[in-house]
Amino acid sequence: MSEPTAFGLSARTGGVMVAFTVVFTAMMAFTHDATREQIAASATEEKMKLVSEVLPAGRYDNALLDDYIKLGPTRELGLDEGGRIYRARKAGQPAALLIEATAPDGYSGRIELIIAVGADGAVSGVRAVSHRETPGLGDYIDPRKDKDKRSPWVTQFADLKAADVPDCKVKKDGGQISYHTGATISARAVTNAVARAARFAADHQDRLFAARAGDTL
Amino acid sequence: MDLKACREIAWNGIWKQNTGIVQILGLCPILAISSNVVNAVSLGLATILVMALSNLTIAALRNFIPYEIRIPVFILIIAALVTVVDLSFNAWLHELYLVLGIFIPLIVTNCIVLARVEAFAAKNDPIDSTVDGIAMGIGLTLVLAVLGALREVIGSGTLFSGIEMIFPSAHGIVLFGDDYPGFLVAVLPPGAFIALGFLIAGRNWLEARNQARARLQPPATPRPAGDTAEAA
Repeated sequence: MSEPTAFGLSARTGGVMVAFTVVFTAMMAFTHDATREQIAASATEEKMKLVSEVLPAGRYDNALLDDYIKLGPTRELGLDEGGRIYRARKAGQPAALLIEATAPDGYSGRIELIIAVGADGAVSGVRAVSHRETPGLGDYIDPRKDKDKRSPWVTQFADLKAADVPDCKVKKDGGQISYHTGATISARAVTNAVARAARFAADHQDRLFAARAGDTL
Repeated sequence: MDLKACREIAWNGIWKQNTGIVQILGLCPILAISSNVVNAVSLGLATILVMALSNLTIAALRNFIPYEIRIPVFILIIAALVTVVDLSFNAWLHELYLVLGIFIPLIVTNCIVLARVEAFAAKNDPIDSTVDGIAMGIGLTLVLAVLGALREVIGSGTLFSGIEMIFPSAHGIVLFGDDYPGFLVAVLPPGAFIALGFLIAGRNWLEARNQARARLQPPATPRPAGDTAEAA
């Protein structure tokens, strides 16, 4: 075999690279296609599981995940890039709002929350969707990490009446919400975010329920 | 392939060339994940799977890959395999995916996969390469398990916490009672470096001791029993 020319060599290796790229990209595309529906179904199921933790299934009868409105950047909810609000209705009547909110002032960055606020203004549940609070110290805001399994810290927000919302502050700040000594910042961040979301829901409830599903406010 | 070569490869992966404490490759995921046993072993198992698959694939294709562009082709193949594994787990083994899911994409960042492909699979036949991938993965998993156990016991006073995500009937063990204050450094990244340092030191000490013994006992001339006892 003679010495390959520079052009011949680059053409051949280029061709091989393209062939590999095509074959393996096709493999990924095929897998993606074959798994897409199943993955979407699992994602919906997981979301519904989260929803059922903050809002009892008996409180609504609509297809909650499809009945949402989009929000642009909203300072009251800590959303820099927008988020969604899901609307729960029972027999067509407003039942509750599931609000995506962010506590921007966690100990290590942002804490993303989902907060359910009833049409009567009462908070029915809160869950941390993602956070980076210190393991074993501030991460008790997440019930999966809370050492107290019987009544995790976050259950203090389950059934927080509308009248209690002004007192939705940690005890150190003169409110009602307890916290773990030495890890106030995480608790305060979540508590204040819940209070802000409850107020936002109360202030804008009519507008939020009236908007068409899928609209951006 | 014969059993002896197989054993040689396995010993290499698990002890002599252990990725975690000898080659010290792929530290980023090791240190990030090893804050408890369940996470650590989960990442280890996912890595075994990916290393076996990528070694097998690349060893099978090694004669078609031009030497000049082998690295981009390896990366392409590894990334594609990880993506396929990730998607398949998500769709068909969803329970397992909930535990392993966040770790699978991390494996792409683990340079040990590329290192084994380049150092072994590109030069050996598919079966040997698969064994090598599995052995290297097991070696990594063992280090992860020990590291995870150390950090979990010292840091949070528990063992196997979170295992109910894999075996719903099992429970983590609380070792020092509920009021163990915890030792935060062990849970945070510095603890991972310190614990890994101890593991490396421990392995080096064992190895040095074994070598010293081997030197004291030349295999050809058996010594009288009393002599050996003195040497030990």
